[in-house]
Amino acid sequence: MTAATDSGRIEKRFAALKAAGRGGFVTFLTAGDPDHETFEKILLGLPDAGADLIEIGMPFSDPMADGPAIQASSLRALKAGANMGRTLELVRSFRAHDGDTPIILMGYYNPIYSYGVDAFLKDAREAGVDGLIVVDLPPEEDAELCVPALQAGLNFIRLATPTTDDERLPTVLKNTSGFVYYVSVLGITGTKSAAEVEIRDAVERLQRHTALPVAVGFGIRTAETVREIASTADAAVVGSAIVDRIAADVDENGRPSAKLVETVHKYVRELASGLRS
Amino acid sequence: MGRGVTMKQVNTFREGPNENGHFGMFGGRFVAETLMPLILAVEQAYDAAQNDPSFQAELDDYLKHYAGRPSPLYFARRLTEHFGGAKVYFKRDELNHTGSHKINNTLGQILLARRMKKTRIIAETGAGQHGVATATVCALFDLPCVVYMGTTDIERQQPNVFRMRLLGAEVVPVTSGTGTLKDAMNEALRDWVANVESTFYIIGTAAGPHPYPAMVRNFQSVIGREAREQMMEAEGRLPDSLVACIGGGSNAIGLFHPFLDDPSVRMYGVEAAGHGIETGAHAASLTGGRPGVLHGNRTYLLQNDDGQILDAHSISAGLDYPGIGPEHSWLHESGRVDYVSATDVEALDAFQLCSRMEGIIPALEPSHALAYVSKIAPDLPKDHIICMNMCGRGDKDIFTVAEALGTEI
Repeated sequence: MTAATDSGRIEKRFAALKAAGRGGFVTFLTAGDPDHETFEKILLGLPDAGADLIEIGMPFSDPMADGPAIQASSLRALKAGANMGRTLELVRSFRAHDGDTPIILMGYYNPIYSYGVDAFLKDAREAGVDGLIVVDLPPEEDAELCVPALQAGLNFIRLATPTTDDERLPTVLKNTSGFVYYVSVLGITGTKSAAEVEIRDAVERLQRHTALPVAVGFGIRTAETVREIASTADAAVVGSAIVDRIAADVDENGRPSAKLVETVHKYVRELASGLRS
Repeated sequence: MGRGVTMKQVNTFREGPNENGHFGMFGGRFVAETLMPLILAVEQAYDAAQNDPSFQAELDDYLKHYAGRPSPLYFARRLTEHFGGAKVYFKRDELNHTGSHKINNTLGQILLARRMKKTRIIAETGAGQHGVATATVCALFDLPCVVYMGTTDIERQQPNVFRMRLLGAEVVPVTSGTGTLKDAMNEALRDWVANVESTFYIIGTAAGPHPYPAMVRNFQSVIGREAREQMMEAEGRLPDSLVACIGGGSNAIGLFHPFLDDPSVRMYGVEAAGHGIETGAHAASLTGGRPGVLHGNRTYLLQNDDGQILDAHSISAGLDYPGIGPEHSWLHESGRVDYVSATDVEALDAFQLCSRMEGIIPALEPSHALAYVSKIAPDLPKDHIICMNMCGRGDKDIFTVAEALGTEI
């Protein structure tokens, strides 16, 4: 494959974490939630609050694999005028302030397909995106976006799940780059969490198949769990629990309170606190 | 017309999908990784079942003795006289047990679920016909059944909600989105992701990830196979036109598929134009949408410039879906089938006309098909034969229709 070299930010970040002897902390928020300006402020402050990598959700009207928290965040963002163009604008704005923290766009295929795959890959790369996670594109559909993304110099990060057995893992890992995202439970985002021992076994299983870093997510809500997971895996991902903080701090019209940005940063700081002692 | 030229480009319209579930550029398997192993297992189990004569024999037995097949082919004499042109036949799938064509598919899928040793069934429903047909076969085979249904649909299809509960199913109200079929499907997929080990998802229409579009089509093709045979018996020849309504399009593909390679047979799929295509409040994915990816397949979708899915509108809950089965998208682009539309008002007129002239109260879904028949039949010659799929009965719709007509019952 004549792949363009990627930004290198993800690899560098995981190498730095390894050198520092600690696991990483990955935050997920939906772009434009609760509105464009507020989200921009939240985003710009995330590295300072303790986010080592940042996942930004691309809002979609029908997030089939997400639980109520992220469904609601997508709808709040769309209602406030979010779209793909504005999501990329947010990444550009972030990159003007931070050249190191990896940004991963996460979501569903239709908004990308609608934008146009080639145009999207070009614009995302130029905006400073480092990787993509597209929930409804399994390896069977790699020709759609995964292969073109790798060729365009964007990492394609795949989800592995408890149903991905040893026989299937090589298929899933084949075109995966950047890191592997292990979905620790069967189910939608934000609803339940797996036992620590199950996660350790699963991470070890993944590590037997790949040298890529492994991030673990789904159902993580406390600093203690973040620390536990990040000691087993290479990073822990928190999404719904952070998004819930936004939901709790907007009025019925989706307008944020004056302290929302600080509330979110404070919570992220708390979640990350166990990692940097 | 370009139609004849297009048709010469391929030898057959009946070979799809390919091994990846693609009908041309449509179809596919756009699902989360958690579901992928299961989707592949369903495909494998279905392939094995297709090659096992005992599977089809068991299905045929249930179709005959439980569902009441074959359904009659009926010459609608009074409507034919009323229109004054083409001869109109109804394929009477509303006479099946549970009152629609949906039972053809749920019987097939539950037999497959049993082969796969699944212990729990889920389904989505819009009008409630698929929900009732699923709850029915779950009662028959003693399997727990959860049906996801939008709150808007629950409101307008109360009789079917009660029916499902009588049959022992749990009906879960879905409040997300507009509370219609697309939202119910999202919620069913969420359930499935969380319960992959135990659960079989009986999808009600010829859409979703491969192998569902092909599997549902094959189970529904009994409609077209029977119609073909019955028409030969009644008229000694094939029909000239087939007409069927389309939401996801399972009854239409079931009627059309066995005739796709007969160039003399024209086919019309009738989408729901709601308040009118120009108003934006409709459910006509092919007429008013463009290709996109939703619910596991690439197909025509109602969506905005940003790829966000739009809410569909139709007076008929069963057609109120912003997508369409992928094979229809392919048949549309290949030009083999003509996709047209009928509005709420036209469907209501046809509903009443059919009730009075034939003593058949049709569901609002096939009322759309009849509305289109009423547009074309008068201008067609008297020896032109139309076969329309009367895919559901209208008992469930009497409250909706009464409200639309300003009558209290």
